[in-house]
Amino acid sequence: MGMTITEKILARHTDLDRVSPGMLISARVDIALGNDITAPIAIEAFRKAGGKKVFDREKVVLVPDHFAPNKDIASAEQCKVMRDFAKEQEITHYYEVGEAGIEHALLPEKGVVLPGDLVIGADSHSCTYGALGAFGTGVGSTDLAAAMMTGELWLRVPETMKFVLRGRLNKWVSGKDLILYIIGQIGVDGALYRAMEFTGETVRDLSMADRFTIANMVVEAGAKNGIFIPDEVTESYVKDKAKRDYKIYSSDPDAVYHSAIDIDVAKIKPQVAFPPLPSNTRDIDRVGDVRIDQSVIGSCTNGRIEDLRIAAAILKGRKVAPFVRLIIIPATPTIYKTAMQEGLFDIFLAANAVISTPTCGPCLGGYMGILAEGEVTVSTTNRNFTGRMGHPKSEVYLASPAIAAASAVLGRIGSPEEL
Amino acid sequence: MKYTGRVWKFGDDLDTDLIIPARYLTTSDPNILDGHCMEDADPGFVGKITKGDILVAGKNFGCGSSREHAPIAIKAVGISCVIAKSFARIFYRNAFNMGLPIFESPSLWDKVADGELLTVDSDEEWAKKPDNGSEAFPFKPVPPFMRELMNAGGLMNYLSKRRSGGG
Repeated sequence: MGMTITEKILARHTDLDRVSPGMLISARVDIALGNDITAPIAIEAFRKAGGKKVFDREKVVLVPDHFAPNKDIASAEQCKVMRDFAKEQEITHYYEVGEAGIEHALLPEKGVVLPGDLVIGADSHSCTYGALGAFGTGVGSTDLAAAMMTGELWLRVPETMKFVLRGRLNKWVSGKDLILYIIGQIGVDGALYRAMEFTGETVRDLSMADRFTIANMVVEAGAKNGIFIPDEVTESYVKDKAKRDYKIYSSDPDAVYHSAIDIDVAKIKPQVAFPPLPSNTRDIDRVGDVRIDQSVIGSCTNGRIEDLRIAAAILKGRKVAPFVRLIIIPATPTIYKTAMQEGLFDIFLAANAVISTPTCGPCLGGYMGILAEGEVTVSTTNRNFTGRMGHPKSEVYLASPAIAAASAVLGRIGSPEEL
Repeated sequence: MKYTGRVWKFGDDLDTDLIIPARYLTTSDPNILDGHCMEDADPGFVGKITKGDILVAGKNFGCGSSREHAPIAIKAVGISCVIAKSFARIFYRNAFNMGLPIFESPSLWDKVADGELLTVDSDEEWAKKPDNGSEAFPFKPVPPFMRELMNAGGLMNYLSKRRSGGG
């Protein structure tokens, strides 16, 4: 009996020849990731358990991105805890503000994560790395502490759900719309504890940016990891970035799946997820009149250069509607610089958008775009839970960069077709 | 171990932003986080809790962010255990790793009300109302490794014990 790509990567990181769903394994990790919110708890646990040196300073990655640049004194203290630890442990992949960006956009861009890797991150969106054909999963701070000490972590081998994507994408339909549509179909626990493997003829046409967006949001369906089998698109993305060997895995033809779901992408329209769950999706033409106070384009989900280019194409020669704030957050310094060099900033500034330094910031209600009571935002981020981006009585609607840009101009949630 | 506490009920898909909003993630101090536990789900929650009370929730409890601040806050406010129809996976890991007892029971939720007393037997893996004759609601069995984690008081204690040859 064959194995899925997820099972193969997991098996390769143990001393076992094969693994099967339900097994509890202790897996060697290639990358153990933490940020300014989760690492301080891990560092305290590491020290409390008598930790002196991390298992491998090349494999522990620390990125200040959530409340960095420091939003206040308390977050400054948390960033300092992580920075001091990175200095003391001589962590290779610590990225200071200025070089740092949103972790899940930064690590692939730097070639820190490569196909076939096993990545555990004390951040729920660590599933993003599945886009590269790596196993990436979100864990807690205590998990990170254990991995920093031992280089290993306990994992339960997940069953895999196969999503077979067929057909051509409609205009304005992106990876964001695909994953929102899928979450809408299966629900916020529709893939609980499982792997989501994306395959089918449409995948060839998906850019790495789209694949990152899709893998990024599998946790919103409860999944452990999302994964794409590497192809030419993956190889051309990693070949100039990789500074070490990597391994391409694929699923065996006789691999066993929990289920297989066929999706005709030609039927999918741009999606909007209504509060308070990412599964509350509607087609863009069924949204109705939803007035907005703010639009956010950024995050580990949609802060890549491709996202900013789409936004710029829509905003060019247009202005943000009166009394609406459009906040654009390039996810990394490289994306920031590229956007600037391509003239996207001129378009954004002419449209009256504000451009932020790379940060997770408003996505989790940190700073840089917090909502007041009763305010409404459309956002390219990943969660629309109650109070997620500010006051408990504010509202978040999730959508693609195209919808977020068009909505900022319209002053209500709408499509670029309406401009 | 057996303990009895009052039940506080919550619904399905209760996310970690509701358990502890991100505006409090500038600290991981349990003595600060406990004051804000469940704040956006039920602003009066902290005020009505007494030590040993039990959270009973619907499906997918703890979905969303990986923040360990969520189980830290629940434990710090004095909740003895969480019983849900199901748990989101990172919350599930975090709870075992940091020593917050959690149990899965698909049938309990419909049969208990807010404020009712409930007795939990963590070894026998059931909950029942303390009055005689009440039916027992069985928990989904905790896998042996997870039980070891729970008995050790969390992952770091488990690793320390193994390192020192104590198990």
